[in-house]
Amino acid sequence: MITFMNNSDSEEEPCNERTSLMSAESPPVPSYQDGLQASEAGEAQAHRKRRTGGSRSPNNVADGDMSDSGVPVRESALENEEEELTLKYGAKHVIMLFVPVTLCMIVVVATIKSVRFYTEKNGQLIYTPFSEDTPSVGQRLLNSVLNTIIMISVIVVMTVFLVLLYKYRCYKFIHGWLILSSLMLLFLFTYIYLGEVLKTYNVAMDYPTLFLIIWNFGAVGMICIHWKGPLQLQQAYLIMISALMALVFIKYLPEWSAWVILGAISIYDLMAVLCPKGPLRMLVETAQERNEPIFPALIYSSAMMWTVGMAKPDTAARRLNQQTWDAAEDGRENQSSPSHANSQMSERRSPVPTRPINSFEELEEEERGVKLGLGDFIFYSVLVGKAAATASGDWNTTLACFVAILIGLCLTLLLLAVFKKALPALPISITFGLIFYFSTDNLVRPFMDTLASHQLYI
Amino acid sequence: AFFWLVSLLLASLIWFISVHLSNREDAKLQYSLLIFGAAVSVLLQEAFRFAYFKLLKKADEGLAMISEDGRSPISLRQMAYVSGLSFGIISGVFSVINILADSIGPGIVGIHGDSPYYFITSAFLTMALVLLHTFWGVIFFDACEKRRYWCLGLVVASHLLTSGLTFLNPWYEASLGPIFIITLCTGLWAFFTAGGSFRNVLKCLSCK
Repeated sequence: MITFMNNSDSEEEPCNERTSLMSAESPPVPSYQDGLQASEAGEAQAHRKRRTGGSRSPNNVADGDMSDSGVPVRESALENEEEELTLKYGAKHVIMLFVPVTLCMIVVVATIKSVRFYTEKNGQLIYTPFSEDTPSVGQRLLNSVLNTIIMISVIVVMTVFLVLLYKYRCYKFIHGWLILSSLMLLFLFTYIYLGEVLKTYNVAMDYPTLFLIIWNFGAVGMICIHWKGPLQLQQAYLIMISALMALVFIKYLPEWSAWVILGAISIYDLMAVLCPKGPLRMLVETAQERNEPIFPALIYSSAMMWTVGMAKPDTAARRLNQQTWDAAEDGRENQSSPSHANSQMSERRSPVPTRPINSFEELEEEERGVKLGLGDFIFYSVLVGKAAATASGDWNTTLACFVAILIGLCLTLLLLAVFKKALPALPISITFGLIFYFSTDNLVRPFMDTLASHQLYI
Repeated sequence: AFFWLVSLLLASLIWFISVHLSNREDAKLQYSLLIFGAAVSVLLQEAFRFAYFKLLKKADEGLAMISEDGRSPISLRQMAYVSGLSFGIISGVFSVINILADSIGPGIVGIHGDSPYYFITSAFLTMALVLLHTFWGVIFFDACEKRRYWCLGLVVASHLLTSGLTFLNPWYEASLGPIFIITLCTGLWAFFTAGGSFRNVLKCLSCK
């Protein structure tokens, strides 16, 4: 346990930066942006271009006359297009995020229900020094609140530290930190997890086999997350490390502290992402200003991740950025929109040099996705896992929390489509989850149990 | 599913309060409170189904407005089916999953004198309930759409009847039999409401 506590310094780091739902608006590397926002940004720019091109100003009435009549029709058609695409992509994004969140939760719940290790109390992290074994309720509450304050302040400090490092371009340090923490997650935690699972199912495994398995798992994971790899493999690895991290939290956080921490961290997330000086907001904005992607190890992206190599053509064509965007939008819309949009777009495309754009068009054929921070995965899984672990062995509570979190995620994505900027993904889901957990555990459970004992159905 | 959960929450809140305010010792009172709680829950479920219908209608209008040909991509019938199915799934899961979890563990069914067929009848009842919810969803939405309020009343009444029949439970002939008959009738009714007919079935079977 001592080794845990000493190494957990870097384990803290992953959970800081990951608590926001990205929907960055500005278009850096075209493929890095998520579909909704990029399409909105692109179309908004396209609109502005058309307006200036169609010249709504009274001076150029004669000039703009011809295009003017076309412009309002085009604009309204385009706005409809935009909204429809928003909704279409919105629904798709919701599904694209439901699947990984569900998978992560399933892994955590399955582990909690089957492996005893993660529900035994074997000490606490140094971040939650106050014990909850006190005789009186008031003392216990006080201890959990103090634990929460310490944990949240650690997270805040780490987040601010990371943002400062990012601002002052200490990229090597950040990369090294991320690599170290993902190394630890992939090797050490996987080793412990595998050990416990094998113990539970009483399967014998010799050390050479174990070494081979863990070495391969870890090495492929490092490559996938930090460098290039197939998208689905990368998503799978991110889900697995989130699940491992969530399991660690579930094991080492004492009961009441866990619930208070969940509540406090959703409030922190709300503030960090929405306040103008919030660290997460500054991180997102700085990344957008510099047209760089946020570190791959911290974000789950549901669409293709392009590597640095692909970014090179962009710098060359940077002055064509606007047109690139529009053409890129055209390229994307060409595959999914009706013909009249096509005809309008193709008119615009002629003045734009085609060669660099064509390569982007091919790139743009991929669907763009939406990004969710890994911290969100972790805390959703912590909530559901805690519900599974401590709700008197009741599956109804777990299911109710699961549905509540998914509905919260849905609502958050809806708000994302409306507001079009980075939003905190934790508050709504965690609030629903907490409400449903406490109410289901205390109110619904006796009701359903009594009904079931008489075999009554409602 | 979320709406069903909220309705369940409110119903159990009401039941909980009523239990706490009443005399714990009196078994008959507790039982009648349970009946009361179940009835309230059924009514709340139907109320929330109606609320969900209103919400979907609004969304449907929004989708229709912005789509190209003025019609929404998802028809109201599909929405009715999905909503009924989701109500059914969450209701079925909530009823049966604890039983399933217990059925893995060591134990003997009915050792205290209850029926030994507890598990299998629970399974059948849950299946009937899931199907019923789906059918009720279809009929309900259609009735709301066409403003046939007697249909609505009939749906609510049949839900209450089904729930009431489960109160007869160790007497399985009286509860399972009628419930399955109700399921079949409601299924046929939903089929005809959704526009099916004998001709459609024949066409489908002969693979035209």
